[in-house]
Amino acid sequence: MDPSTPGNGASFARASDQALLVSFGDRISLESHRQVLALAAALQGKPIAAAVNLHPAYCSLLIRFDACRASHEDIEREVLERMTQGRPQVASALREVEIPVCYGGDFGPDLQTLAQMRGLSADDVIRIHSQTEYIAYFLGFVPGFAYLGTVPEAIEAPRLATPRRRVEAGSVGIAGRQTAVYPCAVPGGWQLIGRTPLAMFLADREPMSLLAWGDRVRFRPISSDEYARIQQDARSMPGTTPGEDPHR
Amino acid sequence: MIMVEEPGLLTTVQDLGREGFGPLGISASGAADPVALRVGNRLLGNSPAAPALEATLAGGAWRFDADTWIALTGSDFGATLDGASVSTWSVHPVSAGQLLKMPSTRSGARCYLCVSGGIDVPLVLGSASTHVLSGLGGFEGRPLKKGDVLRTGPSRAPSARSLNATLAAALAPRRSLRVTPGLQSDWFAPASRAALIGQSWRVTEASDRMGLRLEGVSLHLRAPREMVTSGVAVGAIQVPPSGQPLIVFVEQQTTGGYPVIANVSAADLPSVGQLRPRDSIEFEVVSHESARTLLMEQESLIESNELLAA
Repeated sequence: MDPSTPGNGASFARASDQALLVSFGDRISLESHRQVLALAAALQGKPIAAAVNLHPAYCSLLIRFDACRASHEDIEREVLERMTQGRPQVASALREVEIPVCYGGDFGPDLQTLAQMRGLSADDVIRIHSQTEYIAYFLGFVPGFAYLGTVPEAIEAPRLATPRRRVEAGSVGIAGRQTAVYPCAVPGGWQLIGRTPLAMFLADREPMSLLAWGDRVRFRPISSDEYARIQQDARSMPGTTPGEDPHR
Repeated sequence: MIMVEEPGLLTTVQDLGREGFGPLGISASGAADPVALRVGNRLLGNSPAAPALEATLAGGAWRFDADTWIALTGSDFGATLDGASVSTWSVHPVSAGQLLKMPSTRSGARCYLCVSGGIDVPLVLGSASTHVLSGLGGFEGRPLKKGDVLRTGPSRAPSARSLNATLAAALAPRRSLRVTPGLQSDWFAPASRAALIGQSWRVTEASDRMGLRLEGVSLHLRAPREMVTSGVAVGAIQVPPSGQPLIVFVEQQTTGGYPVIANVSAADLPSVGQLRPRDSIEFEVVSHESARTLLMEQESLIESNELLAA
C-alpha cells in the first residue's frame, strides 16, 4: 500500500482495483495544482487507451481504468512516459469570471453567525469575501461544483456540525479556507453566506459548467433587486475574458 | 413505444454510464447492476450498452403499443404480462396492447426491463443514463412518471430465449463482497480493521444510487487525521466521523475527504446494485491481483457464447 515515488514529485497509490491515484504532495498549493493541471492536460492530449475517467483534486489526480485491459503498473508506466515527454505548460491565468452574489438574508443564513464567530460585522465578511480573487482548483463533488481557494483566514469557517438536508442551487458557502457555489440542490455542510442568480451548471448549455478549473474567480455583491433582474435571464453568462484554454 | 401506466418506486433509463467527465464533477452513473443489463441485451441481440429501464424495489406497469421482445434481468419483481407470469433471465414476446406489471421485488433491489432495440432517448455527453442529482440524461433527466411515453429502437429477432442456468449461476449477486485494502486502511485502529471483516453489516434505508450507508460496530482512526479532498473511486468504503461506513456508488461524488478503509472489487460492484435496505452483507479482503482475475473471469463469462442457451 505504500505509495511509490517515481521522482519529479509524483507518487502513485492504488486507489482501488481499477483506479490509480497520482499525488503531488499532500498539501493545497499553487505548485501542486499546476502539476495536477499539467498531468491532466497531458492525459487529455494523449489519452491512455485503458483509462476511462479522471478525477482531479487539489494535489492529486485519480485515474480510473479498465482493469481487464491494464494493470496499475501499466497505467503508472504510461503516466511516467507522459510526464517525462516535455511537460505541457499550463497558462497560470486562463479566464476571469465574475459571479454576482446577493449576500445575507434568506440567501445567506449563516452570514451573521459566521461574522459573530470571527468578531466581524456582516459587511466585513462580505467585503473580504468579495475582494479576494480565487482560483478554481478543480471541479468535483457534484456536476459543476468548483472548489475555490483561498479564503482569507479572517473569514475561514468550519463546516456545520450537522449538514443541511438541502442547500438550494446557487448558494455560496465557505468551508475552511475554501469557498464554492452549489450548482444544484443537494445536502451540504458548508456555511452559507449568499446566493447567485446565475445557473452554474446546465445540461443543455455549452459549456455546461460556468466555471472551469484554472479560472480566476471574483464575487460581486448585488442587491436583491439586481438578483431578481439577473435571474430573469437564468442562462446569462457572466463577463468572461477569453484566454488560452488547454482543457478543450 | 412504451406508455408508463405506473412508474414504480424509482425507475430510470440507464445504459453503461457516462465515462470521461470526471473533470466536470460528473460521475459516470449508469446501471447499478451492469451485469444484468448486459446479459439482458445479449439475450435480445441488442448492443451491450443499449439503454433499458432500471426499476427499484417495485416496478410499476408498462403498456406496449407494438409487437416486440423483452427480457427482464436482475431481481425477480413477480412480473406478469396480461396476468401471465413472466420469468426473469429469459426472452418473452410482447404483443401490441399488452400490459407488463412488475409489482415488487422477491429477491434484490433492481430489475431491468430490456426491450429489443433499446429505449430511445437523446444521448447527453454520449450516454443515455440518467444522472438524477444533476438532471442529466435519460428521459428528461429524471425518474419516470405516470403518463410518460418512451420510444424504443427498431426491434429484431432475439439471440436466444434463455441462459445456460449453470453458467448464469456464477453471475448471481453475492452477499459476501470481495474488497481490496483502501488508501487509508492503515489510518484505522487495528480493532476497526478487524471489525470490517469480522462482522456483518446492515444496509440502511439511507441508501441510493449515490451511496449505501451501512450499520454495524463503529470504525475509528488510530488518531484524528484530516484529509485533503481527493478523487474517489466507485466502490470506495468511506468512513465519516460517525464511524458508520458508506459504499460510494454509481452516481457518486467524484471527490471526497473521508478516509477509505477498503474498496469493493470491480467484479462485485454489480452485486452492490442488488442490495436492499435491511440486507445484511459481509466483506472479505482480496489482493488487487485476485480482484483483477475475478473481473476478467466475470467478463469472459458475460461474453461467452455458452452463456446463452441454444
